[in-house]
Amino acid sequence: MSYVLIIGAKSDIAKEVARVYAKNGYNLYLAARDSSSLEDLKHDIEIRSGADVELKEFDITSYDTHEGFYRSLKKRPIGVIVVSGYMAEQTAAQKEWIETLNTINVNYTGALSILNIVANDFEKERRGFIVGVSSVAGDRGRKANYIYGSAKAGFSAYLSGLRNRLYESGVTVLTVKPGFVNTKMTENLELPQKLTASPSEVAEDIFNAQQKGRNVLYTKSIWMLIMLIIKHIPEFMFKKMSI
Amino acid sequence: MSLISWGMYPIIKNKIFSLRDAVGLAKYIENTDEFIPYGNGRSYGDSALNENILYTKTYNYFLDFDEQNGILTCQAGVLLSEILDAFVKRGWFLKVTPGTKLITVGGAIASDVHGKNHHTQGCFSECVEEFTIMLANAEIKSCKKGDELFHATCGGMGLTGVILSAKISLKKINSAFINQTTIKTKNLKETFEAFENYKDIPYSVAWIDCLAKNEEIGKCLLMVGDFANDGNLEYKSKKKLSIPFNFPSFALNSLSVKAFNWLYYAKAKDGVSKQRAGIDTFFYPLDAIENWNRIYGSGGFTQYQFILPKEHSFEGLKEILTKISDSGKGSFLAVLKLYSKENENYLSFPMEGYSLALDFKIEAGLFELLNTLDEVVVKYGGRIYLTKDVRVSKETFEKGYPQCDKFREFRREHKMDRKFSSLQSKRVKI
Ligand SMILES: Cc1cc2nc3c(=O)[nH]c(=O)nc-3n(C[C@H](O)[C@H](O)[C@H](O)COP(=O)(O)OP(=O)(O)OC[C@H]3O[C@@H](n4cnc5c(N)ncnc54)[C@H](O)[C@@H]3O)c2cc1C
Repeated sequence: MSYVLIIGAKSDIAKEVARVYAKNGYNLYLAARDSSSLEDLKHDIEIRSGADVELKEFDITSYDTHEGFYRSLKKRPIGVIVVSGYMAEQTAAQKEWIETLNTINVNYTGALSILNIVANDFEKERRGFIVGVSSVAGDRGRKANYIYGSAKAGFSAYLSGLRNRLYESGVTVLTVKPGFVNTKMTENLELPQKLTASPSEVAEDIFNAQQKGRNVLYTKSIWMLIMLIIKHIPEFMFKKMSI
Repeated sequence: MSLISWGMYPIIKNKIFSLRDAVGLAKYIENTDEFIPYGNGRSYGDSALNENILYTKTYNYFLDFDEQNGILTCQAGVLLSEILDAFVKRGWFLKVTPGTKLITVGGAIASDVHGKNHHTQGCFSECVEEFTIMLANAEIKSCKKGDELFHATCGGMGLTGVILSAKISLKKINSAFINQTTIKTKNLKETFEAFENYKDIPYSVAWIDCLAKNEEIGKCLLMVGDFANDGNLEYKSKKKLSIPFNFPSFALNSLSVKAFNWLYYAKAKDGVSKQRAGIDTFFYPLDAIENWNRIYGSGGFTQYQFILPKEHSFEGLKEILTKISDSGKGSFLAVLKLYSKENENYLSFPMEGYSLALDFKIEAGLFELLNTLDEVVVKYGGRIYLTKDVRVSKETFEKGYPQCDKFREFRREHKMDRKFSSLQSKRVKI
C-alpha cells in the first residue's frame, strides 16, 4: 500500500486530510513537531481504517534536517501534502519582526525547503502528487492580513511554477486555497457561516481534487468567485477599502 | 458565529467553545455560568441552544475496538456516519440508529434515540455498555446501566453533564443490503393491522398521508425489513445533493405537500411488494439531500412528535390526524412507528404504543394548533419528544414524563441545574 506524507499534521485540516486518505486506502506518515502528541490520532485512524500510520518528528523551520528526514522514510511516499501554516496576528506581526519572520518561515521558506527535495525525487521517479495548502489570503494583500497573505502568495506562486515544471514528468501539483475554515485558529472569530467550511469538508475537497488531478482548488468553491472580484478591484479603489 | 438547530428556529446569538480535551473542559466548566453541550445540531428545537454552547464535534477520536465482540469505544463527538464508514465493510452495524446518521454519539445518548427497531431493540441506551461524563464540579465519572447517573443522562438532554466517551456494542451483519417489504394500506385500521402482522420483523416504519380525509385517514406505506444474508458488505456514502439556500416560503404551501404525499403514495404498488435496499436508502433516506431543512424557508420549522400508549393509540391518532387534516397545515413527512416497553431512564421518550412525527413550517397559528394537539396527547396519557420540541409547555411536559421530579431532584442534588441548561430546560423548568 502507498504512503502519503502529511507535513504539519497537527492542524485541524491535516487531521481530517489524514482520515480521508486513510479511509481511501492509503497509509500515512504524519510529520509534525512534537509528533508524539499525535498518538491519539494515529490510534484513531488505525481503528477506523486499518491503515498503517507512522509518526515522524519534523520541524519545518529546521531546513537542514529536511533532506535527512525525507531519506529516512522507509518507503518513498506516493504523495506529499503540506498543510503547515502559521497565522500570526497581523498587528503583532507588524510590531514584532520575529512574528513576521516566523510567518514567512513556516508558510513559505520551510514549505519550499521540503518540497524542493520531494519535487526532485518525484521528477526522477516520474510519479507522485504534491498538494500545498496555501490560502485565499495570498490572492491579494489586504491590510487585515497581508504579512501572512504575502507568504502564502509566495507559496502559491511557487506551486504554480512547480506544476509547470513537473507537468512533463507526470507529477501533479495541487494548490489549495481555503477561505474561512472552522479551526482552532479561527475559533474566536465571527465568521459568516455560508462562507465557512469545516475541516472535514476541506479534506474531502482536497482528496477529490487531488484524485482528479486538478490544479487549483478553492474551498468552499464560492471563494473562487469572491477572490475573482477582489482581485479585479482597481488599486486606487482597493487602497481605500476595508475588507 | 451562532449555532442553530435543525429546525432553524429559534435563532439566538451564542458564544461557542469547542471541546478538545478534558483539561480545557474542566476550566470551561469552572469559568462559565451555564451552558449546554451541542453535538451535530440535528435536534429540531431548542434542546441544544443557549447563550453559551459547548461544541463537541471536535472531540471525536475512536479509542478502541474489540473486534471479537464488536465493542467500540469512542469520544462523544464521533458521528454515527463515521462509525458506519469504518465498520460496515467489516460486518458491523449500529444496534440502534435514528433516521439520520449525522448525529453524534453524545447526542444519541442524551436524547436516548430510537430507530425503526424500537419494538425489538429498544433505545440507544440499550447498546451503551458504559460512558464517561464530566459533571458540574468538573469531576469525570464513568457509569453503567443501573447507576442513577446513567438513567438520568440517557434521555437527559445534556442536562446532567458533558458525555465524554462511550463504549457501545455493535451488531453483526452479513450484508449491506436490506430485504424490504412495502405494504400499502387504505386507512388507519389497516395500518394498525399491518403493524401488528409484521411486528416480528425488526425494522418497521410507516409514512402517513396526513392530508387524507374521512375514511381515508391514516392510509400509509408501511415499510418493514431486515438485513439480508447475501450480498456484499460494500458501503460508500453517496455524494449528497444539496439545497443551497432557503426556499422562499411559498414553495411549501399545502398544495405542494399534497402533491408530494400523493406522488410517494401513488408510486408504491398496491398491497404488498418486495424490494431490496441499501443501508442509506433504507435507514437514511433524508440524508441524501443535505440541508433539506431549508425547504421550509428561512422562518424555520418544527417537528411535532408524540407517542400514545397502545390502548389509546388508535382513537388518539384518529383524533389528531383529523385535527391536522382539518387545519390544512400539512406536513411534508408524517412518520408512524410502533414501540415496545419503556425503559427506566427518567426522560426517555418511548413507551409501549405508537408515535407519530410531523413537520410543520413555523407560521402564525401553528403553536395554537399544536397546543390543541397537546390536549389530545395528554388526555390519552401520551408525551412529546423533547429532542424535536421547541414549544411544549411545562404542564404538558410534566404530565407526559412522570419521572421528571426525580430528574429535577437529581439535578439539584448534584448542582447540575446551575451549570447545564438549555432554552428548553428553562421553558419546562427541569
Ligand atoms: C432527519 C432526522 C431524522 C431523525 N430521526 C430520528 C429518529 O428516527 N429517532 C430519534 O430518536 N431521533 C431522530 N432524530 C433526532 C436526532 O436523532 C436527535 O435529535 C439527536 O439527539 C441529535 O444528535 P446531535 O448529535 O445532532 O445533537 P444535538 O442536536 O446537537 O443535541 C441534542 C441533545 O443532545 C445533547 N448533547 C449532545 N452532545 C452531548 C454530549 N457530548 N454530552 C451531553 N449532552 C450532549 C444536547 O445538549 C441536546 O440536548 C432525527 C433528526 C433528523 C434531523
